[in-house]
Amino acid sequence: MTPELGQLALILALLLALAQSILPLLGAWRGNRALMAVARPAAVGQAVFVAMAFGILAWAFLRFDFSVQYVADNSNLALPWYYRIAAVWGAHEGSLLLWIFILNVWTVALAAFSQKLPEVFASRVIAVMGLIAVGFLAFIIFTSNPFGRLLPMPGDGADLNPVLQDPGMTFHPPMLYMGYVGFSVAFAFSIAALLGGELEQAWVRWARPWTNIAWAFLTCGIVAGSWWAYAELGWGGWWFWDPVENASFMPWLVGAALIHAQAVTEKRGSLRAWTILLSIFAFSLSLLGTFLVRSGVLTSVHAFASDPRRGIFILAFLTIVVGGSLLLYALRAPQVLGGKPFKVLSRETVLLIGNLMFAVAAAMVLLGTLFPLIGDALNLGRISVGPPYFGFLFPLLMLPVVLLLPFGPFLRWGKGEAPAIGQVLLRAGVAAAACAIAAAFLVDGQLKAIAGVAAAAWVIAGVLLYALKRWRELPRGRRYPAEMAGMLLAHLGVGVFVAGVLLSESLSVTRDVRMAPGESQHIGSYEFRFDGVHRANGPNWKADQGVVTVIRDGRELTVMHPQKRTYLRGQVQTESAVDAGVTRDLYVALGEPMDAGNVEGAWALRLYYKPFVRWIWAGGLLMMLGGLVCATDKRFRLKRGAETETGAVAGLQVQENRA
Amino acid sequence: MNRLLPFIGFMLLVGLFGFGIWWNTRHDPNAIPTPLLNKPAPAFNLPKLYEPAQTVGKADLLGKPYLLNVFASWCIECGVEHPVLTAEGPSLGVTLVGYNYKDAPADAKNWLARHGNPYDLLIADEPGQTAIDFGVYGAPESFLIDAKGVIRYKHIGPLTQGVVAKELKPAIAAMLKEAP
Repeated sequence: MTPELGQLALILALLLALAQSILPLLGAWRGNRALMAVARPAAVGQAVFVAMAFGILAWAFLRFDFSVQYVADNSNLALPWYYRIAAVWGAHEGSLLLWIFILNVWTVALAAFSQKLPEVFASRVIAVMGLIAVGFLAFIIFTSNPFGRLLPMPGDGADLNPVLQDPGMTFHPPMLYMGYVGFSVAFAFSIAALLGGELEQAWVRWARPWTNIAWAFLTCGIVAGSWWAYAELGWGGWWFWDPVENASFMPWLVGAALIHAQAVTEKRGSLRAWTILLSIFAFSLSLLGTFLVRSGVLTSVHAFASDPRRGIFILAFLTIVVGGSLLLYALRAPQVLGGKPFKVLSRETVLLIGNLMFAVAAAMVLLGTLFPLIGDALNLGRISVGPPYFGFLFPLLMLPVVLLLPFGPFLRWGKGEAPAIGQVLLRAGVAAAACAIAAAFLVDGQLKAIAGVAAAAWVIAGVLLYALKRWRELPRGRRYPAEMAGMLLAHLGVGVFVAGVLLSESLSVTRDVRMAPGESQHIGSYEFRFDGVHRANGPNWKADQGVVTVIRDGRELTVMHPQKRTYLRGQVQTESAVDAGVTRDLYVALGEPMDAGNVEGAWALRLYYKPFVRWIWAGGLLMMLGGLVCATDKRFRLKRGAETETGAVAGLQVQENRA
Repeated sequence: MNRLLPFIGFMLLVGLFGFGIWWNTRHDPNAIPTPLLNKPAPAFNLPKLYEPAQTVGKADLLGKPYLLNVFASWCIECGVEHPVLTAEGPSLGVTLVGYNYKDAPADAKNWLARHGNPYDLLIADEPGQTAIDFGVYGAPESFLIDAKGVIRYKHIGPLTQGVVAKELKPAIAAMLKEAP
C-alpha cells in the first residue's frame, strides 16, 4: 500500500507545482497579490509531497520491499543498508526523483530567503522554479514511475550496479544534482527579470550567491566523480571525456563564466544581456546533460536503459524550456548597451576574454560530445572523437585564461594602469621562471611538467601578490571580505589544479606486469613486492585480494590490498588499492591470474606511480570552497528593501574603485 | 536578429536530437558492426566437450549450415537464453553447435546436466583463444554459419523469442533460399 502512497504524493506534488507556476505568473502579470501569495505555500507543499515520495522509496529499499520493481531491480537482501539508501538514486527512475527532490530543496530555500525581494519579482522566480518542477514531475509520473509493482513478488532482488557500490559514488550524484539544479535559480532569476523587463540590475546581486553555491556543488560533484573514476575503474585515469562527464563539465564551464559575468553586471551594469544568456545556457546545459544521459541518444560507459518515449518527452520539455527562454531573450533582452564604459586595459576586458574562452570551451566540448550524432546525421558512419580532440583543444582554450588570471584582480574597473600591470607581469613572471628552472633540474627536462610548474607558479604568485597588496594597502577588517577571500581561494585552486594535471600527466609511471608471489618490481625508489592472493569476503561479494608490500629504502612503507570482486549476481568489479600522499599516489590494480585456475600462481598487475595527482582534486576542492565562501559575503544578504540596496551598491562601487 | 541567434542555434540542436531519437528507434545503438559478417568464419580446431580426445575443425562442419552458440556455465544471461534454445532449437532447421567458452569442462557438464542439452554438438574453448578469432565479445553470442562456412548472421547477447522470430529465423530462411 505504501508505494501507492508514494505515487499519489507525486501526483499531488504535480498539481501543487502547476499551482505554484501558473497562479503567481498570472498574479504578477495582473498585479493580483492574492495569486502571487500562492507561490510560497504551494512550493512548500510540493516539497513536502516530494520528500514523502522520496522517503517512501527509501523506506521500501530499507525494508526490502521487492514487490516494488525498482527496489527488486536495484537491491538484494545482502546489500548493506548504506548502499540501499544510495540505491534510491542508483538507476533512472530514482535518480529522477532525486533530481526533483533537490529542485524542491532549492525552491524552498529560495522561498525562505526571498522574503525581502519585491513581491512581483519573487513570485515570478518561484513560479519559474515551479514550471521546471511540472516538467520533471510529469516526466517521472508518465514515463518513469519508481513505484511500479512487480507481480509475483520475487524472493530476492537483483543488485545495485556494483560500479556504484563505492563511497565516492554515493555522494557523486546528489552533489552533481545540487549543482545542476542549483543553476535553475540563476535561470529563474533571469527569466523573471526578462518577464518583468527589469531595468535595475539589483536582481543580479540577488542571484549571485545562488549561482556561486550551485557552482560550488557542481565542482564538488565533478571532483567526487573524478575521484571515483580514478579509484574504481582501475585505469588510474581521472578524466575520460566521456559523454556523461562532458554533460556535467559543460554547465560547469558556463557556470564559471556566469559567476564572473554576474560580478561585472552587478558592479558595473555592463554585459547585462550576456549575463542573462549565460544563466539560460548554464541551466539549459544541465537539462541537456539530463537529456543526453537519460534519452540514450549517446551511448557511453554510463549505459542507462534507453527508451525512445523518454527521449521524446525530455526533448519536448527541453524545447519548451530552453527554446521558450531563448525566444523570450530574443524579444525582451535589454535593448541598450547599458553600464559604465570601460577602456581596453581594464578588469572588464580581462573578465570578458575569460568569459569568451569558457563559452568557446563549452561549445567545443558540446561539439565533441555530439560528434557521433552528427556523424550519424550526415551519414559519415559511426565516429566519435575522444581524448586527442579534447586534450588538444581544451588546454589551448584555457591557456589565455591561466595567463590572464593574475591580472584580473590588479586591473581596475573601467580603466587600468599600465605600470601596475607591468609590475605584476615582472614579479609573477620571475616567480614562474624561477620555479620552472628549479623544476627543469628535478624532472629531467619533461616539458609538460615544467610548463605545469611554471603555470601554477604564475597563477599562485599572482594570487599571493594581490593578497599581499590588499594586506598592505587596506585597514584591518576591509582586507579580505568574503567575496574577495572566495575569489582568492578559487584562483589558488586553479593554480593547484594546473600543477596537479600537468605534473601527474607527464611524470606518471605505469607498469603492466606479470608477478609471481615473492617477485618485486621497482618504480623509481619504490619497490612493489607481490605477496600473493587470498580470498576475502564482503557483505555481498567475494574477492581475490592481492597483497602488495611497498618498500622504500629498505623500510616497509605500506601494504596494499587490490581486489577483484565478484558480486552476488556475478558482476566482476576491480577495487584498486591506493596509497595516497601529498606528492604522489601509489596505485595497484589486480588483473587476471596468468593461469586461469591457479589463484596461487602469477597474476597480471598494474602498478602506477602518480606524482601530484591529488592536487587535481585539491584544486577542485579549493575552487568549491572559494565559491561557497564568496556566497557568504555580507553584501549579498538582503536586509532592507530594494531602494536602500541600490544605494549600498553605489557606495560599494566607490570602495571597489579605490581598492 | 542577433538576439535570435541563440534560439536558432538551439533549434538546430533540437533537430539533431530529434534525429538522434528517430535514428535510435531504427538502429540498435549498441549494435557493434561485425567485420566478419558475410566473411568466411575463422578456422578453428577445438576438442569436443564430452570427448576431449577428438577435435572438431571448421572443415568438419562444412556442407551443412549451423548455429554456433557461445555459452558458459558462469554466464547468467546464458541461463536466460537456454530455455529459448531448448524450445526453438529443433525447429530452426540448422545444426546447433554449442561453443563452451572459458569454462571448466566439469562445470559445463554439470550445467548441461541440470538445464538439459539442446546442442547437436559441443565443443570447448577453455583458454578462450579461438574466441578471439571470432571476435567474441562475451557470452552468450551466436553465429549463423552457412554450408560454405560463411558467417551469415551474428547476435550478441541472449537469443530471446523475439530475436529468434524477428532476426534469426528470417536470416536462416534467407540463407536456405539462396543455397538450398
